[in-house]
Amino acid sequence: MALDDQKSVFKFVGTRPDRPDGLDKVTGRAKFGADAYAAGMLHGAILRSPHAHARIVKIDASKAEAHPDVKAVVTRADFSDKVEFKPGLAGEFWNVLENVMAGEKALYDGHAVAAVAATSALAARDALKLIEVEYEVLPHVTDVDKAMVADAPVIREGASDYSVPEGLHPNVVRYHESGHGDVEAGFGEADLVIEDSFTTEATHQGYIEPHACLASLGGDGKGELWCTTQGHWIAQKTCAALLGIETAQLRVTASEIGGGFGGKTTVFIEPVALALSRKANRPVKIVMSRSEVFRATGPTSSASMDIKIGMKKDGTITAAEGIFRLQGGAFPGAPGDMTAMCAFAPYDLTNVRQVGYDVMANRPKQAAYRAPGAPMGAFAVESVLDELCNQLGLDPLDVRLKNAAHDGSKASYGPTYDQIGLVKTLEEAKAHPHYSAPLKPGQGRGISCGFWFNHGGETSVSLALSGDGSAQLMVGTPDIGGSRASMALMAAEVLGIPYENIRVTVADTATLGYNDVSHGSRVTYASGLATIKAAKHAVEKLCERAATKWGIPVDAVKWEDGCAVPSGPNAGDFDPLPLADITANMGATGGPISGHFEATPEGAGVSFGTHIVDAEVDPETGKTAITRYTVIQDAGKAIHPAYVEGQYQGGAAQGIGWALNEEYIYGEDGRLQNSIFLDYRIPVASDLPMIDTVIVEVPNPGHPFGVRGVGETGIVPPLAAIANAVSNAAGVRMRDLPMSPPRILAALKSGDG
Amino acid sequence: MSKLHVSTTVNGDSVEFLCDPRETLLDCLRDKLNLTGAKEGCGTGDCGACSVTVDGRLVCSCLMLGVEADGKDIATVEGMADGEELHPLQQKFIEYAALQCGICTPGVLVAAKALLEKNPNPTEEEARYWLAGNLCRCTGYDKIIRAVMDTAADMREAS
Repeated sequence: MALDDQKSVFKFVGTRPDRPDGLDKVTGRAKFGADAYAAGMLHGAILRSPHAHARIVKIDASKAEAHPDVKAVVTRADFSDKVEFKPGLAGEFWNVLENVMAGEKALYDGHAVAAVAATSALAARDALKLIEVEYEVLPHVTDVDKAMVADAPVIREGASDYSVPEGLHPNVVRYHESGHGDVEAGFGEADLVIEDSFTTEATHQGYIEPHACLASLGGDGKGELWCTTQGHWIAQKTCAALLGIETAQLRVTASEIGGGFGGKTTVFIEPVALALSRKANRPVKIVMSRSEVFRATGPTSSASMDIKIGMKKDGTITAAEGIFRLQGGAFPGAPGDMTAMCAFAPYDLTNVRQVGYDVMANRPKQAAYRAPGAPMGAFAVESVLDELCNQLGLDPLDVRLKNAAHDGSKASYGPTYDQIGLVKTLEEAKAHPHYSAPLKPGQGRGISCGFWFNHGGETSVSLALSGDGSAQLMVGTPDIGGSRASMALMAAEVLGIPYENIRVTVADTATLGYNDVSHGSRVTYASGLATIKAAKHAVEKLCERAATKWGIPVDAVKWEDGCAVPSGPNAGDFDPLPLADITANMGATGGPISGHFEATPEGAGVSFGTHIVDAEVDPETGKTAITRYTVIQDAGKAIHPAYVEGQYQGGAAQGIGWALNEEYIYGEDGRLQNSIFLDYRIPVASDLPMIDTVIVEVPNPGHPFGVRGVGETGIVPPLAAIANAVSNAAGVRMRDLPMSPPRILAALKSGDG
Repeated sequence: MSKLHVSTTVNGDSVEFLCDPRETLLDCLRDKLNLTGAKEGCGTGDCGACSVTVDGRLVCSCLMLGVEADGKDIATVEGMADGEELHPLQQKFIEYAALQCGICTPGVLVAAKALLEKNPNPTEEEARYWLAGNLCRCTGYDKIIRAVMDTAADMREAS
C-alpha cells in the first residue's frame, strides 16, 4: 500500500472517548470466565502429579467413581487416539494433548493425570483424594544448561525436528542460526571486544484471572464451550481435535478476559471439561486455582545466553554474536529462534551471527508472554552494549543512535526494513528532560532499545447497518485492553457516524469466520484493518443506493462525513444523503446493508521502543527502587492514545517485575516452591513510580491509518534498561535476573554480578 | 457435612443462604447470590480482586467464611453505583482508561472507595500503599492512581 493512499487527517481516530464496555467493567456486570453457570452444572477438578518426572504405572479411580457425588472421571484414555505425535512443532495438537492430560509419563510438577466431575466444587476437590496413582519416579532436570549436557535425563526421544544438528542431546528439539557478514573479521576491526554470559529465570504472565471454562458436549457430538481465552477459534480447533469431534460442531464463546499476555493463546482445562461433560452428559465448569495456574499453565522460558560484541572507539559496532539457549518445559516451543532474531534487530550491523536453541526440561509447557523471547535477548545484548559504552567512555544514547537501524537497513534476521521509527524514539529520548535530569547519590540511569516483529494473522470482520443508522460491528479478537474502543473509532472514521452509534461485539465461533488469536500485537492492526475494509465495503453499498436514487453512475458518488454526496459539479446537484436516510429504506432499495472483510494481512510493521530508567539501590538491604521511568515507543498511529499509553505502561511494569522480583523457584525435588502470589511477587502499586510515555508516530505503510501493534514491544527494553540502571547505581554488572535483594547484596559483597 | 443457614445484608438487601462451613464469603456471594462482581484471583488474600467491605471494613472475601457473614452488612462492587448514577470513582476509571482487562477493577474500586471514606485527601504515596493489596497486571497502576487522586480532589470540592 502506497503511503499516498494513507489517511492522515482524522475526526475520530486519535481521540480518547470512554470505552464501550466501560460501564460493564466498573459495575461488576461484565462476565468473565468463571462467571458462567448452567442448569445441572457439575464442577470439575484435576489431579496433578507431585513429581517432576515419573512413569505412571497405574491409575485406580474406582473409589472416586463409586462416590455418589462423582459423575465422571477421565484420564488420557478418554481423549482421541487419532492425534499424531510428530517431532518439533509439527505435532502441536499432540503436544497440547500430552500437556492437558499426561500419557505414559508425568513430565513436570503439576502435570494433569486425571480429572473428576462432581456435584459441587468441594465434592470434586474431595474426590481427587480418592484417586490412587502409582508412580515410578524418574530422574529430572529443570535447568536449561543442565538439560543439554550428555547425562541429562531424556524428556522424550524423537521430539527433535529437522533443524537440530547431529550430536546434540535429545532435549534440544529445535535449532536456529542466522546472520550476515563475517563476525570474526568484524571482531578483528574492533578496539574493544566484550564477551559475557547472562541468565534469566522463567516468569509467569501473571494475569489476575485464572483459567476458567464451562463446557457441554452431548452424545451427538455437538458442543458448547464458554472460556476465557485470547482466541476462541484456536480453542475450537484444538478441542475438536483432542476430543475427536468435528470443529464446526463445537461452538466456542469467549468470555470477557481477565488478562492473557500470551498465556491464554492455548487450551489447558477446556478439553478436560469437554471430556468430563461428554462422559457425565451434563455441563461441567472448571476454574483453576492460582497454584494450578503457576504450576501447570505457560510461564515464559528461562534462558542462558552468551554475547560477544566488538566496538570501535567512536562507538561503531564492528561485529555481534549471540548464543541463546531457551528452556520451554517438557515440550518443544521455547522461542530460541525469536530471541536470536530479535536480539540485534535494533542495529544496522555489517557482521552479525545469532544461534538459538529450543530445549526441553521437566517444567510446564511454556506459553507466549508478550514479545515471546525478545526481552531475554535484549537484556543480554543491551547489557554488553552498556558495558562497552562505560569502558570506552561513550554516551549510551549516542552509541545507539550511531548504530541504529533505519529505513532500508538490512535487519540482523534477514529482511530489509521499510519505514521504521527507532531513530525517532532515540531522538525523543535524547530530547526528553528525563535523560538530562540530575541523579541523586546511590542512583543509576539505564537505557535500552527493544524490537518486536508484530503480526497480522487470519482475520474476519462483519459490519451490519441498522435501519436507524446505527452500526453493529462483529470482530473475532477478544478485547483484552480496550480494543472495542479502537475498533469503534476506526469504523466511525470510515462511516462518518458518531462513535457512540457503533456497538462492537466479540462474536462467537458460530457467527463469524476464522480469527487468529489476540496475540502478536495484532488486534488494532489486523482487526482494525479488517474493520476499516468492512466499513468501506458497507460504504460502497451505501453509495450504490444513493446513485440509484439519484439516477447517476455509482462512480459519480462519494462518501463524505457520513453522507453520500455527488463526487463533483458534473455529477449533478443533489443534497447530501445521510447514512440513516439510506438505511431507513434499505429493505425496499435492495435489502440489508452489511460490509465484510476476510484476509491474512501481511503488513504488520515492526515496532521499536527506547526506555529510560532511574534506579536506586539500597546498599544495606540490596533492595532496588525504580525512581523514574520513561517509555518512548513507535505506535505508527495511536487510534485511542490512552490505551496505547496503557500498553506502554503495562509492558514496563511487567518488565520491572521480571527484572527485580519474579522467578520460578524449583527445589532439588523438581517441585515449584512459589506457586502463590505471596511468594511469586508481581509489582504492586507501592513498588512503582508513575510511568511516563511518549508516543512516536511513524506510520506503518501496511495499514490504512498507519497503525503498528503496540502491545508487546514495551516489555522488551525494561530488563536491560533496569539492569543497566542497577549496574550503574551499584557499580557492579548484574548478569542474572531477577536482581533480587539477596543477589544484589551478594554482588555488592563480591564486587561482581 | 450439613449446611448452615446464614442471614446477612448485601448492598442493603436482606439475603439468606445455606452454605458448607468450608465455603468462603466469596464463594457464597458468587455461587449462592449470583453476585459475580467480586473475583477470585488467588484464593489466598494476595490479589484483592475479591475485595468487599464487611460492616464498612475492607476485607478479602476469599479469606472470610460464608458463615462469618451472618448478621453483617456486606458491600460489593454491585452496590457502588446509585441506580443509573455511577460512583465518581467508577466514572473516573472509565474516563482515565484506568482499566484494561477489567478483572481487578471491581476490587480496586471497592478498595479505593474505602480509602476515600477513611482519608478524603490521600497523598499519592498513601494511595499507592492502600492499594498495594490490589494486584493489577495490565496498567502499571499509573492511570489507576491518577484516577483515584483526581476523584478524591473532585469529591473534596463537591463536599
